Amino acid sequence: MNTCIRNGRIIDPANGRDEVGDLWIIDGRIGDGSEIRSASGADESKINEIDAKGLIVSPGLIDIHVHFREPGFGWKETIESGARAAAAGGFTTVVCMPNTSPVADSPSTIAWIKDRAAEMAKVRVLPTGAISKNLAGEELAPIGSLAQAGIVAITDDGKCIQNNELMRRAVEYARMVGVPVLDHCQDYDLVANGVVHEGYWSTLLGLPGWPAAGEEAIVARNVLLAESCDHHIHCQHISAAGSVRLLREARARGIKISGEVCPHHIALTDESIQNFDTNFKMNPPLRSQRDIDALLEGIADGTLDILASDHAPHAGFEKEVEFDAAPFGIIGLETELALFLDLLVHQQKTIGLSRLIEMLTVTPAKLLGLKSGTLSLGEAADITLINPNLEWTVDANTFQSASRNTPFDGWKLKGRAVRTIVAGETVWQLG
Amino acid sequence: MTDKTQSWTRKDLLGLRELSAEEIHFVLETADAFKQVGTREVKKVPALQGKTLVNLFIEPSTRTRISFELAAKRLSADIVNITAAASSLTKGETLKDTARVLEANHADIIVLRHRSAGAPEFLASRIGASVINAGDGAHEHPTQGLLDLYTIREKKGGFAGLHVAIIGDILFSRVARSNIFALLKMGARVTLVGPTTLVPRVFEQMGVTVSHRLEEVLPTADVVNLLRIQHERQRKEYFPGLGEYIRLFGLTKARGKLLKPDCLIMHPGPINRGVEIDSELADGAQSVILDQVTNGLAVRMAVLFLCASVVKQ
Repeated sequence: MNTCIRNGRIIDPANGRDEVGDLWIIDGRIGDGSEIRSASGADESKINEIDAKGLIVSPGLIDIHVHFREPGFGWKETIESGARAAAAGGFTTVVCMPNTSPVADSPSTIAWIKDRAAEMAKVRVLPTGAISKNLAGEELAPIGSLAQAGIVAITDDGKCIQNNELMRRAVEYARMVGVPVLDHCQDYDLVANGVVHEGYWSTLLGLPGWPAAGEEAIVARNVLLAESCDHHIHCQHISAAGSVRLLREARARGIKISGEVCPHHIALTDESIQNFDTNFKMNPPLRSQRDIDALLEGIADGTLDILASDHAPHAGFEKEVEFDAAPFGIIGLETELALFLDLLVHQQKTIGLSRLIEMLTVTPAKLLGLKSGTLSLGEAADITLINPNLEWTVDANTFQSASRNTPFDGWKLKGRAVRTIVAGETVWQLG
Repeated sequence: MTDKTQSWTRKDLLGLRELSAEEIHFVLETADAFKQVGTREVKKVPALQGKTLVNLFIEPSTRTRISFELAAKRLSADIVNITAAASSLTKGETLKDTARVLEANHADIIVLRHRSAGAPEFLASRIGASVINAGDGAHEHPTQGLLDLYTIREKKGGFAGLHVAIIGDILFSRVARSNIFALLKMGARVTLVGPTTLVPRVFEQMGVTVSHRLEEVLPTADVVNLLRIQHERQRKEYFPGLGEYIRLFGLTKARGKLLKPDCLIMHPGPINRGVEIDSELADGAQSVILDQVTNGLAVRMAVLFLCASVVKQ
């Protein structure tokens, strides 16, 4: 069955397209309708019509930073439940991090993840591989073999390689293999046992501080290595003003470096931690208003060009402990688009809709060398229908994710995905 | 005394930041009555008869635990002491489950000492029993703050216009934070003194003055509160060593001469004689260190009595 999405506002930044019109899905691929008209005896009644009046027709959204916890931690999230959460958030492609058990540092684990995703996942789940064996930061993982097994990037996310020499060799090696390096930027000495942003609130509450310099030092290291190795390093979940400045200067000099922003780092400040609620504990931590302002500036001027969730599910019993003992991280897939729409487009007017979609589709696709993220003719029909003005209230109990660790429960937000289509098939629809 | 409890509505004492000046004043007044009990032949009152108090000390402590135990005994409560080594927490039980087990055993008051900031808040929001914070990480130690205020009030008559210097490891000190919150509310002026690494500037945002020169602060102080230097667990990054600490920040005999004659010398203990304070000054006429201990008992009796009364209602 072929489908025609009628009268939507088609926004396809890769092709510079922003217009009201019809989008065709022919055999699971993007078409323009000519296929139907040219087919002799085509039966119009066999066309599935979707009325998209008032909706945005976007390329399927891509989140390059999620934790689906399989293999090893299925009680937090499975590839199946994580993919459902992604679909409900409007995402057709997600990139999952390698800090599983076992760590995704061998071709067999990558093969297991891919098999599992093919069998269970409603959306495209793409694995990354570890940079270092067992994420220990001591010796290189078999990056070439991982690439042959199908990873889209390497990263030690959750950990950060402290040995600059090892990191340098990893970046050089990744250039040969042709995969980008994603880095969680954290200097272990500066951060030590820090759990919240070092500043007024950490001092007031007596919680160990996680200083901004702990991120900035590694961003600076990555700028130097991206330049000397001439290969792309993508700095994950940027949280600090100084990091934005370093990235801006480096990118102006043409260095292959980029940064991503997560919703919580622009939605919340460290003031939120004062009740010791562990749903406000993530790594890097919530920072100050000054940092938020710098992130918004970085988004506005293109310094930060990728948006992601760092979807990090944890079970209730794991989070319901003393603040410093709780694991870092919050879930994000089902609130991500709404938060970005509400904060960046509606409230702050940092960027327009087209730029927002670009940062959630074609830019991350290009970083990872994916063909998706566009509505180009003949490409797989991964499409997200978005109602940018729909007002709704977040209710964590209705989430598809297996976990509930969100600080946004009860928030009233404007805008959300209403239908998610992967390869022409609707995998989720707002009920 | 029961009519007075109507001015107190908290089942828990988690910190002094959340208390109003009126509430602090009310606790101190209640402690006056209990201090008088300690001077009697029979030092026991039936105020908490039939109540069960659990001293849940996840982090080791001797003096605070004993003070709470004596306070509870003088109020005729039944007491159970649980220390970290003896608790199920070493067997992997969570704090929440430990508390639920205590509650199932009909504990009325849980006095919690814990290494994690915020642990008392965590507990208090999950159980019906009273939770009294006996020190949580570097966050708060409210009964220590109250007994420090009680002692200052007893010796100085009040707080308005007083200059209190808190000296030493402020960054890691819950005693300092509780004192800062309460003293500022009561109208005192607070100066923090110590090395830049242990007294970062960010404290100024709380409304205090930060100084790194002890000699400049001592002459105008009405109270000096010396904090213990926890050199046994201090990371080496924070200061070079005890010798240098004494040279820069120790209250030596020579520096003692800079003090006003009526300046009070306080210390929450245990004292490192010859480190933060010279031995002679610790035992001298200006020292009120043992008054603090005695007052601690009265203040803790007041806190236990007030919080337990709220639960009853």
